[in-house]
Amino acid sequence: MSTRMPIEVSIAVSKAVQQADVDVIAAYPITPQTHIVENLSGLVANGELEAAFINVESEHSAISTVIGAAAAGASTFTATSSQGLALMHEILFIASSLRLPIVMVVANRALSGPISIWNDHSDIMAERDIGWIQVFCETGQEAYDAIFHAFRVVRDPTVQLPMIVNVDGFNLTHVIEPVFLFEPEEIKDYLPEHRQALRLDIEHPITMGPVGVPEVYTEAKKQVEEALLNSKQVVMAAWQEFGQRFGRSYAPVEAYRADDAEVLLVTMGVISRTAMTAVDRFREAGKAVGLVRFRLWRPFPRAEFQEAVRHARILAVIDRHISLGALSGPVCLEVRAALFNLPDHPQVFGFVLGLGGRDVTVDDFCDIVERAERYATAGPEGDYTLIGLREV
Amino acid sequence: MQNALKDFEKFDPQHLPLFEPLAQGHRACQGCGEVLALRLAAKALGREMIVVSATGCMEIISSAYPQTAWRVPWLHVAFENSAAVAGGVDAALHIMKEKGKIARDDIPILVVAGDGGTADIGLQALSGALERGHNFIYLCLDNEAYMNTGIQRSSSTPYGAMTTTSPPGKLSIGENHFKKDLPAIAVAHKIPYVATVSPAFYLDLMNKVRKASLIKGPAYIHAFSPCPTGWRHAGRYAVKMARLAVQTRVFPLYEVIDGKYILNRKTPKPKPVAEYLKLQKRFAHLTDGDIEIIQEHVNKEYERILKLSEEVDLETKFTSTFQQHIDRLKQQMDEAYQKMREEIVHH
Repeated sequence: MSTRMPIEVSIAVSKAVQQADVDVIAAYPITPQTHIVENLSGLVANGELEAAFINVESEHSAISTVIGAAAAGASTFTATSSQGLALMHEILFIASSLRLPIVMVVANRALSGPISIWNDHSDIMAERDIGWIQVFCETGQEAYDAIFHAFRVVRDPTVQLPMIVNVDGFNLTHVIEPVFLFEPEEIKDYLPEHRQALRLDIEHPITMGPVGVPEVYTEAKKQVEEALLNSKQVVMAAWQEFGQRFGRSYAPVEAYRADDAEVLLVTMGVISRTAMTAVDRFREAGKAVGLVRFRLWRPFPRAEFQEAVRHARILAVIDRHISLGALSGPVCLEVRAALFNLPDHPQVFGFVLGLGGRDVTVDDFCDIVERAERYATAGPEGDYTLIGLREV
Repeated sequence: MQNALKDFEKFDPQHLPLFEPLAQGHRACQGCGEVLALRLAAKALGREMIVVSATGCMEIISSAYPQTAWRVPWLHVAFENSAAVAGGVDAALHIMKEKGKIARDDIPILVVAGDGGTADIGLQALSGALERGHNFIYLCLDNEAYMNTGIQRSSSTPYGAMTTTSPPGKLSIGENHFKKDLPAIAVAHKIPYVATVSPAFYLDLMNKVRKASLIKGPAYIHAFSPCPTGWRHAGRYAVKMARLAVQTRVFPLYEVIDGKYILNRKTPKPKPVAEYLKLQKRFAHLTDGDIEIIQEHVNKEYERILKLSEEVDLETKFTSTFQQHIDRLKQQMDEAYQKMREEIVHH
């Protein structure tokens, strides 16, 4: 039986990786990803995880090394943050195009400059188009479970895509939470064996990563997109079986007190917990406020999201990334795009907060809900609203 | 000397392997010296190998989908990371063998990159992979500029050469730096095997690649790769250029085994560098004075390699003389002991 124990979320994540029978881990240290890879290197050093742990000289080489290892048929893992993810940028597209089953944790952190080690989503929001499956976690339990989901999904022969598990830096990675940890035999048969159909094999030589001439480039990209869109069913099946077996159910879009809500907060990641407290506060005051949270971000769960917000009048979409020069943060833009062609869609207002580790409070969400209601009648103040901006 | 090379068997020129891992029909330019070096290196390794390629001429000429010139497993990821990718392949093979997931991990990995992908943008990844001791053969195909993008200078472009980004002009001689010494950088990582090769000396090239495959750990092989397109010489001169580069001491052929230099081909009567330079239009603008500067640089570099290899010679000589002396002493002692024994028995 799994036991519930207090554990730092980074350690819980590394324990999940340990149980997934991973073969090759390559990583380069960057705050706040470090505890994950430190713990993994310790497990390897003590013989508690039979894997190659490769201390590479950059994140660029971390992703390149796991690509090489995955192409050779190994089960692979890496983790990074912020600048490290940005340094990987070029190679992330190639990983999905090569259809390699890599699992990566991103301990979300602000991008420089100015340099900041603290939490927001600007690192991952610059990687929206890379062709990886992407999920966001709200709790330590969710982060721990998500590692098993990820290894199961990428090992599915119909998927063969890399997957990112987003865990908010510090605010989740460094927090000690109660987490149900599996005994190895409990989770073992949830995870399929890592078997890669196409790999670097001298018995069956293949050419991987060829030149895409104009006659084939479009089709090559479309194939990756199709695989990514189709992966949603596999992700959902993985969640469903997980729920049936272990009693913890997951969905692409989570709703909290949303059924009859007139105003819905739309969030991602760890701040959703704070937002739920704000929802409770409104509900106690008799106001129909609810919350919808993206767990699955890529592929974008359009149908589930449309369904979740169908009855609401106002959406207040929270971005933890400032998309300079755009009409709002990227989450808000996609939400608008998802609803625009529906006949009766809610009004959508964009809010940016919690940049570079700025505290996100219950009051911030109360402020956002009140502003959204005001904007719905009096019109918005600008393309989006930056919450908590101090006069300088 | 490396144990792995103790019983080294050279290629027999009359019985070279027939299998060509890199097939004909690829899209390299006429007279390409680079693809010749690559073909020979691949031929030396044969059917059982994995090729990891950087972006560059050799990648684009051999892999335009839906065709491929590769009869062995081949992987291309990006320009600057081929050493890191190969490190991943190496690590995967070993751990998967250990865990019983695959049967073999003794498959040579040939990493292929140009001088730009090695000396410039890929240097960090190469240094990291060499430091970590991955078991691969890194083949740098040096055609002395970014030929794939249209002949721009790299840090491996020789002094005085004209490229599209180092054009000679009123204020410029062309490329105004001497080329980066990549083999020395590889040697500084204290890897077991470093060698320079030339496609004009094909047996030497193939033997060195075979040696590299026998040694455990990283091997770095720097291949002189004439490029008729970029160097502006006739396609039929590629092999001639490669030979002249050795005969003029522009590109000495040597090995560095466990840090010890061996100059494979001494050129006591070198041809003047002008003979090599004057066949290439990229050097056509050079004055006699410029050529003199290049000649001096070539002399100095050759002397450096020669001296390093002679140090080894002296050491080897000293070691062997010392050993002979010891052996002689041992023999004398044995004889004396035997004599004593016989005398005692006799009494």
